[in-house]
Amino acid sequence: MKPARLHAIFSLLLAGILATTVGCGGSSNSSNSSSSAGSGGGSNAANNVQTITVSAGPTAGTNLRSINEAFTSVIVCAPGSTSNCQTISGILVDTGSPGLRILSSALTISLPQQTGAGGNAVVECLPFVDGFTWGPVHTADLTIAGEHAKSLPMQVIGGSTFPNIPTSCSSNGAEEDDLSSLGANGILGLGSFAQDCGDACTLTGSSNPGLYYTCTSSSCTITTESLVDQVANPVVFFASDNNGVLIELPAVAAAETSITGSLIFGIGTQSNNGLGNATVYSINPSTGDITTRFNNTTYTSFLDSGSNAIYFLNAASTGIPTCKDLTFWYCPTSTQSLSATNQGANGASGTFTFTVGNADTLTNNVSIAVADGLAGPNSDAATFDWGLPFFYGRHVYTAIDKQNTPGGVGPYWAY
Amino acid sequence: MKSTITCAIVAILSLPFSLSASLGRDAASVQEDVAKMQGTLRTSGGDSYTLHEIQTPAGVAVKEYASPVGRVFAVTWKGPFHPDLRQLLGPYYDEYVQAVRTQRTQRSGRGPILIQHPGLVIQVSGHLRSFVGRVYVPQQLPVSMRVEDIR
Repeated sequence: MKPARLHAIFSLLLAGILATTVGCGGSSNSSNSSSSAGSGGGSNAANNVQTITVSAGPTAGTNLRSINEAFTSVIVCAPGSTSNCQTISGILVDTGSPGLRILSSALTISLPQQTGAGGNAVVECLPFVDGFTWGPVHTADLTIAGEHAKSLPMQVIGGSTFPNIPTSCSSNGAEEDDLSSLGANGILGLGSFAQDCGDACTLTGSSNPGLYYTCTSSSCTITTESLVDQVANPVVFFASDNNGVLIELPAVAAAETSITGSLIFGIGTQSNNGLGNATVYSINPSTGDITTRFNNTTYTSFLDSGSNAIYFLNAASTGIPTCKDLTFWYCPTSTQSLSATNQGANGASGTFTFTVGNADTLTNNVSIAVADGLAGPNSDAATFDWGLPFFYGRHVYTAIDKQNTPGGVGPYWAY
Repeated sequence: MKSTITCAIVAILSLPFSLSASLGRDAASVQEDVAKMQGTLRTSGGDSYTLHEIQTPAGVAVKEYASPVGRVFAVTWKGPFHPDLRQLLGPYYDEYVQAVRTQRTQRSGRGPILIQHPGLVIQVSGHLRSFVGRVYVPQQLPVSMRVEDIR
């Protein structure tokens, strides 16, 4: 481990000890009021239920309003502090990525900066399908519902401290470092991986994909980043309920203004998160994918609460026309009911129906932020992206890689 | 032979996009991509196109399709991360980024990229650790080649 980082960790430990000795430990100024659904874990069980809302989000009222995106709020504190805290709303609930990321512009408190080689700041470039987020790694105590992730490495997106984005990062596509490009005040990544990059970022030389950098105010160099230092799925930092999450959203009749549901932490850890009769679909641990069988062909697929529609095949292969202007969505003349079969790496399979509605009709009312049946073509490379509409009317479990659950070791999805 | 190489070098140096291009450029630029990505190259010939496959040390498989006259008309990638798209898309990179931004705004949320401009088609899907991408210039496809053959 690098001396600078050791020093930083020692400082954090010291801060934590000091905070405890002066009687400041314990919960922060939590304003969570979610009903304490689960108490089956005994009197010490944490409140593991966080309310989530599918709404127009922080860009409501603009032409950037969100559709089919689930938001929640989080409380972040400086590590060990109960006073240097902030509640931040408008955070996207994303099972398609791991790690907490908050816009610099939404963050008003000061959090310690992670340092690497030479004592320089560690800055991350996280690639998404359509671009990347750029910003330094900080350490925070996260509180969500009654759960606490202490000294969690997280990304502070954008900001003015490290304005010179290296070309190896900016070559990932569009920068998503402000509210208008991100569409949220932050992302709460609760995917099936424990860290965002994983082993690849611990490698040296050209095998390193270049997600982590050490930066001075003027230049950056790709660095190795150990697993414990990487921006991590906050759930694995919880003291309990740390093996995955359950998302419960109500069934939706076509289009609505908003709906509320629950983000429940843990799988089989309390009376409110048991698997019941849900089927476990094991995820390929290297790619994070399962497969979907549709019209006698098998495709790569994944469940992703952060995608705002079901994206699959194309107009030629489905026979469903895309919309005239919004060509990334389907616009059938009447709502289509289709059948697909999801298959896990464990051989489990389950057939279900899903609907494809007319996206122009579903979204033409500007007050609409919930649209069941919203679907669109994917790339011809044949991937099924089961976005948020798949979650409507379901209880969807995401088990984290290598975590034990009553349904087996993660990663898997279950519903 | 020597003069051919010299000609190729001269051709590269005289191209307007300097050392940062592939799509839409001479197949010789594939070598620049290989160098930039520190990858290994395998080239195979077909009747209507030449396929250059680059494997990067970070595990990304890149394919570049070049026409019989040596122009790269399509690129694809598959892997846990994106390759260097600025390098790979060359003169089309700015159009790529702008199109992605526009679609992101219209989409009211997140999703795969599917852009069909008259002179550029962009298709990218997946998520971190499993990305798939395909970008091509439809006008430059050899007449005997189908879009489905780009994979």
